[in-house]
Amino acid sequence: MENDKKYNNIDNNAGGEDILVLGGRKFHSRFILGSGKYSLKLIKAAVENAGAEMITLALRRAQAETENILDYIPEGVTLLPNTSGARDAQEAVRIARLSRECGCGDFVKIEVMRDSKYLLPDNYETIKATEILAKEGFVVMPYMYPDLNVARDLYNAGAASVMPLGSPIGSNKGICTKEFIKILIEEIDLPVIVDAGIGRPSQACEAMEMGAAAVMANTAIATAGDIPVMAEAFKRAIEAGRMAYLSGLGRVIEKGAAASSPLTGFLHE
Amino acid sequence: MINRNTNCMEYQEGMEVLDSNMLEQVFSTVEKFCPESYTENDVRRALQKDSPGPEDFMALLSPAALPLLEEIALRAQAETRKHFGNSVNMFTPLYIANYCENYCIYCGFNCHNKIHRARLNGEEIEKEMQAIAETGLEEILLLTGESPKMSDVEYIGEACKIARKYFKVIGLEVYPMNSEDYKYLHECGADFVTVFQETYNPVKYETLHLGGNKRIFPYRFYTQERAVRGGIRGVGFAALLGLDDFRKDAFATGMHAYLLQRKYPQAEITFSCPRLRPIINNDKIKPRDVHEPQLLQIICAYRIFMPFAGITISSREGAKFRDNIIKIAATKISAGVDVGIGGHSQNEPKGDEQFEIEDGRTVPQIYQAIKEQGLQPVMSDYIFV
Repeated sequence: MENDKKYNNIDNNAGGEDILVLGGRKFHSRFILGSGKYSLKLIKAAVENAGAEMITLALRRAQAETENILDYIPEGVTLLPNTSGARDAQEAVRIARLSRECGCGDFVKIEVMRDSKYLLPDNYETIKATEILAKEGFVVMPYMYPDLNVARDLYNAGAASVMPLGSPIGSNKGICTKEFIKILIEEIDLPVIVDAGIGRPSQACEAMEMGAAAVMANTAIATAGDIPVMAEAFKRAIEAGRMAYLSGLGRVIEKGAAASSPLTGFLHE
Repeated sequence: MINRNTNCMEYQEGMEVLDSNMLEQVFSTVEKFCPESYTENDVRRALQKDSPGPEDFMALLSPAALPLLEEIALRAQAETRKHFGNSVNMFTPLYIANYCENYCIYCGFNCHNKIHRARLNGEEIEKEMQAIAETGLEEILLLTGESPKMSDVEYIGEACKIARKYFKVIGLEVYPMNSEDYKYLHECGADFVTVFQETYNPVKYETLHLGGNKRIFPYRFYTQERAVRGGIRGVGFAALLGLDDFRKDAFATGMHAYLLQRKYPQAEITFSCPRLRPIINNDKIKPRDVHEPQLLQIICAYRIFMPFAGITISSREGAKFRDNIIKIAATKISAGVDVGIGGHSQNEPKGDEQFEIEDGRTVPQIYQAIKEQGLQPVMSDYIFV
């Protein structure tokens, strides 16, 4: 299936404005905030200090009758409900439909996990769910293990972005899958949003320097000593990384110095 | 008729037998566990590892770990926050019947104990649930005594169907059954099953469980596996700490859960950590061995060994311990607990309690206590799909 480009414009730098477009909606912020691990009263401050315009939430948390998470999310922030709890494509589809019925909008982050230990995504089921939901008009943002073939399948299935993991959820280990995410950034004509495992602002910055379209983080901020300050630290790191990417990173000589006599000098002797 | 002459390792008619060797695997690892053989260095090594394995779990449960409890608690807390953030789930148990066909010598419900027996009918169950739902709780754990005759699968299924009207999460702590029964109960709305093995030492087990289906050790052991095969999402494990060598029982409990999760990676795992407490109508049974430091050690060891597993803290423990353990490792806490039959909606419960509770705080009180720890009470984090 040909991807619907209408929803999948990559970065639009026209006019000097750096905008991320997802599902036809424009975002100035490239920081997507997770919400699952917070004390609810701190979410608002985190969103504001992070400058985040999109926040993920588990639909299973959005249905609570006491202290519903939705009541703590500032107005104007785009909701990205996720399908956590789904163990296969059909369950993800059911949760996504329920999310739309509950008024959480058309954005959906597909999370399909058949592993309670590492919470690694099931790429195969994720592709199936993406195909079904994209056809139903959802703006589908699948959480995935960074595999080029899978990313291509997700593109063809109608995904609005791909969200490869940096390392297992909650591990704070940073971008362990760096080389594979780089390949996706080079090869896939969709925003590549690095999700999961980002534990420090410097790692978020690194992802943006690599050319990621955005970064998602949850645990690193939710469990920080000072949540609002950490949210702002991430914001600045993401902006710095983005600026570095757009400005074109300078030459870095990784091994050894430049030879004082040109190695190819002999050609001219 | 299962009685003290029945071989406790032999399945009885009607009991589903799985093609599984998990029991032998647990036995063989427990055999290797010699708690006294570990040193402080072994414990420190375990704490330094990224993913501590079974050998490290042994070290963390050993007496050598007790002097390092502060360091262990710090590591446990870090793991809890990494995997669960600030969330602490709340629930309450609802005892709908206390008829029991087992003769477990340490239990207040046992069939020879002269207590008031009762079984709530549908209308009474609904009243109880309404009263509980009004407190704001969205998760319920349904319990019965272990009597397949007086509380048959259909009865439990009907209770689940009523519970679906009032609660988002339904767990069961009832007698072990076959996988087709779990399939039925899942269809009725239940998605979590907990069964306590009590002790994993079959020799001791045999001396404590003198009658009823519970005497059959392997049938009880394979409950979680049958439940998962029946489509149940999450399964809970526990030993009743203090019945036998609690270090070995805690180790066996952890290994049981560890092996099940390896075999069924999608299964959600929880641990309960009950200590033997004074039993109704039995003054001879006293808690022993497992004091609060040891209990904390065990809970932290579960957390570090299986950082993604839920840990439930029972109202058998006092308020101070519970308030502190949710800061460190527990992720689920009961509130507004009444362990009698019908006690939520009636002043005079129809049936007696199984044990005495230590923390009788109401739902709003527990809610507030969680918040005072800087944590977030969560009523429901689940969708039935």
